[in-house]
Amino acid sequence: MRYDVAVIGGGVIGCAIARELSRYHLRAVVIERECEVGLGTSKANSGIIHAGHHGAEGSLKGELEWRGNQMWDALADDLHFGFKRVGDLTCAFDEDQRATLRQIMEQGKRRGVPGLELWGPERIRREEPHLSHDIVEALYAPTAGVVNPYEACFMLAESAVRNGVDLALERTVVGIRPSEKGFEIAAVVGDDATPELIKARFVVDAAGLHADAIADMVEAGGFRIRARKGEEYLLDKRLVGYVKRVIFPCPTPTSKGILVIPTYDGTLMVGPTATWADKDDLATTAEGSAEVFAGARKLAPGISEKDCIAEFAGLRAVSDTEEFILGPSRVAGFVLAAGMQSPALTAAPAVATVVLDALRDDGLELVAKDDFEPGVPAPVRFAELSSAEQRSLVARDPAYARLVCRCEIVTEGEVRDAIDRGARTLDGIKFRTRAGMGRCQGGFCTWGCMELLHERLGIPLTAVTKRGGDSYVAIPRLEGAA
Amino acid sequence: MITPKPAQLQPRYDVVVVGGGPAGLAAAVGARESGAERVLVIDREPEAGGILQQCIHPGFGLHHFGEELTGPEYAQRAIEQTLERDVDVLSSAYVLDVASDRRLKVTSRDHGVAFLDAGAVVLAMGARERTRGAIRIPGERPAGVMTAGFAQKLVNLGGMLPGRRAVILGSGDIGLIMARRLVLEGVEVEGVYELMPHANGLNRNLVQCLHDYDIPLHLSTTVVHIDGRERVEKVTVAPVDEAYRPNMAKARDIACDTLLVSIGLIPDNELAHRLGLRLDPVTTGPVVTSTMETTRDGVFACGNVVHIHDLVDYVSQESELAGRGAGAYATGTPTPPDNVRLTPGENVRYCVPPTITTDREHTVYMRVTKPMAPCTLHLGDVYKRPLRYVFPGEMVTLKVRPRFLEGFHGGSLPVSIVPREEGGSA
Repeated sequence: MRYDVAVIGGGVIGCAIARELSRYHLRAVVIERECEVGLGTSKANSGIIHAGHHGAEGSLKGELEWRGNQMWDALADDLHFGFKRVGDLTCAFDEDQRATLRQIMEQGKRRGVPGLELWGPERIRREEPHLSHDIVEALYAPTAGVVNPYEACFMLAESAVRNGVDLALERTVVGIRPSEKGFEIAAVVGDDATPELIKARFVVDAAGLHADAIADMVEAGGFRIRARKGEEYLLDKRLVGYVKRVIFPCPTPTSKGILVIPTYDGTLMVGPTATWADKDDLATTAEGSAEVFAGARKLAPGISEKDCIAEFAGLRAVSDTEEFILGPSRVAGFVLAAGMQSPALTAAPAVATVVLDALRDDGLELVAKDDFEPGVPAPVRFAELSSAEQRSLVARDPAYARLVCRCEIVTEGEVRDAIDRGARTLDGIKFRTRAGMGRCQGGFCTWGCMELLHERLGIPLTAVTKRGGDSYVAIPRLEGAA
Repeated sequence: MITPKPAQLQPRYDVVVVGGGPAGLAAAVGARESGAERVLVIDREPEAGGILQQCIHPGFGLHHFGEELTGPEYAQRAIEQTLERDVDVLSSAYVLDVASDRRLKVTSRDHGVAFLDAGAVVLAMGARERTRGAIRIPGERPAGVMTAGFAQKLVNLGGMLPGRRAVILGSGDIGLIMARRLVLEGVEVEGVYELMPHANGLNRNLVQCLHDYDIPLHLSTTVVHIDGRERVEKVTVAPVDEAYRPNMAKARDIACDTLLVSIGLIPDNELAHRLGLRLDPVTTGPVVTSTMETTRDGVFACGNVVHIHDLVDYVSQESELAGRGAGAYATGTPTPPDNVRLTPGENVRYCVPPTITTDREHTVYMRVTKPMAPCTLHLGDVYKRPLRYVFPGEMVTLKVRPRFLEGFHGGSLPVSIVPREEGGSA
């Protein structure tokens, strides 16, 4: 296939770039090694849209955090992923930390972040009664939000595809060669020995943890990406509403610390840790768990390991300078979007516009389409409908009357829709519908989801996977068994 | 298997039972026997019977039906008992909500989203299994880590297997049953690992499922790490000390593609939460009276919703009682309220029901915290009974007869199980 632009990496950065590209008359493709978009770093993070006041002045991270922050409302309106501005509180426990709060507030104000306020103990106790009484002051930022990052990826990709972008999934890029008309990208599909060739005039390197290796293929790199692991722990619904805002400790120069996060769906999440790791190390650890719960308890003393229902680890793609590596490279037509660690999720929509500017500067013609369709159909969320709406929906389509996931109240119709909109795996269904995300962690709904994948995709039950590759759930009976 | 559906839903029933497993079916029988005319059981599956339908092994029914049955046979008996009594069963249906005035919101393929009023409601939704997340096993999150009950469904209802070589964490009954089941299917079961210094399943399952098949049980040992990017590749196990801290110096790796977790059940209480019922922090089920009524008038609960049972036979017996209570409530038959509180004492985790009356006989179920043998069960100083042994995996049942309480005028009776000297009198 021949494209104008190939985006390598289908995380939130790649998906945001693809959706921006889909506004224009050009042929673009996203090359992703997993079987669905957003299943790497983008899925496994804190899901916070940062308020805009965190990043240091003059830094790209700081500027793009604030620019990106302001773009999420419009995106969520068009694309119907979970997003809400809940605000955040950065907490100080002593005089030194109070001074830091003031410094962050001034930094935010100069950048134009509105609504920043310092709260004293009384206000904190009134607004967030479960926080520690040792907090002496907190900085409130109403612009902070929470997002379901995987939903954002799915919807950005779906919007891009609806507007003509191709998705090349399960393709691992093994080589890139400059050619007369741009680049030839060799991508291995599954276990095939011969790679497929994808030709593109321009390449965007949004390959996350592997952006360094991709850039090195055309000698556009010279930087290293290292993996910094973050462990997160999800708590039972029992604690919905325990905190209303994202709660931060006072940041240190190297870390934002352990947070208490009221996720978009209401359940609490605590984390993340920050430790160097190998690029394939997604293991949670006993030490990480201890650190997270100790850190969370410092902010909200009532939080307990007893409420944990699930845990996961994600890997931040950290550049040598800790800064984003964004824009043109030393190779014409090869644009970088690397080193995308926090606040990269927040910044993603702004990153996409920077990348498009760089492509334009390198000679890509961007002619806007008249028929660009910004929106996608809103997915049905049965549990969020009124009884009257539920009755008419069910009367129209009885698939919405059968429950598949009882913890999160997800119907067969919703799971079917998710498959029809691209879910290929149990994780793909889970991250689109929440089936399997609740307190029974798939104990009940996995069966129903497997049956629907089997029916809709025409695959045997034993070919259903958790997230592609060899992550099968069941095998056929063994020959000759009793 | 016959599970007739009601041709049309009535707007009002005397008793609506939520859940069509053994608890719900027995409750429906109890409700009919106490005079309720219109009784409806709402079940989420296409066939009633609950988890029994996937329990194809024998060992059920010795107490309740007086003969040994498989799970599906027991379920069939229970279904027939309800059908003989003209109970309506609505299957493939789900109760989305119960309001405090006992109006239920139900969704089903056959009737869409409907509202029903109930004279009394019985909650009989059973339990769900604790998962890996509940105990935060470190490591990666590959496929192949699953609850024993899910594996049971895969094998017994799906005709598939969870993998080729399995490690089982937890010695709960489902894990023990599945150890044997997998061996019969040709799957290699490397061993069963239990954090506690004692097994958590029934003694008979330890003998019949592990010993008879030479499957080793490793006590005071747990899984400390799970490896595998896509599918489980290995797990690491380590012995633990008295405080359950793993000794990593003695950790060892086991190559396997499957980890079954059988680490306990938790009452399924979404509806109890919605109704704002008071829950017991020990059982995590609703607090009930001796008629199995919850803290909300006319709302009853029974079976694993209230506390985790060891044998289904006791579920049926307790649930018939709950059904009778619901029927009596719906028909306006008064029952004397409880006047004695049972307080768990030494080696008693909880008593269900936690309160009883002096005017009739009660069956009290309890669980112990640690094994003990031989021992004596004391009900205050009004009654005591020698027990050969007690074991956390097995419930202790106590029939409290009115004559025990003839001379008792207090409000609270401690229940305790204490060691007994060998050869001494009870």
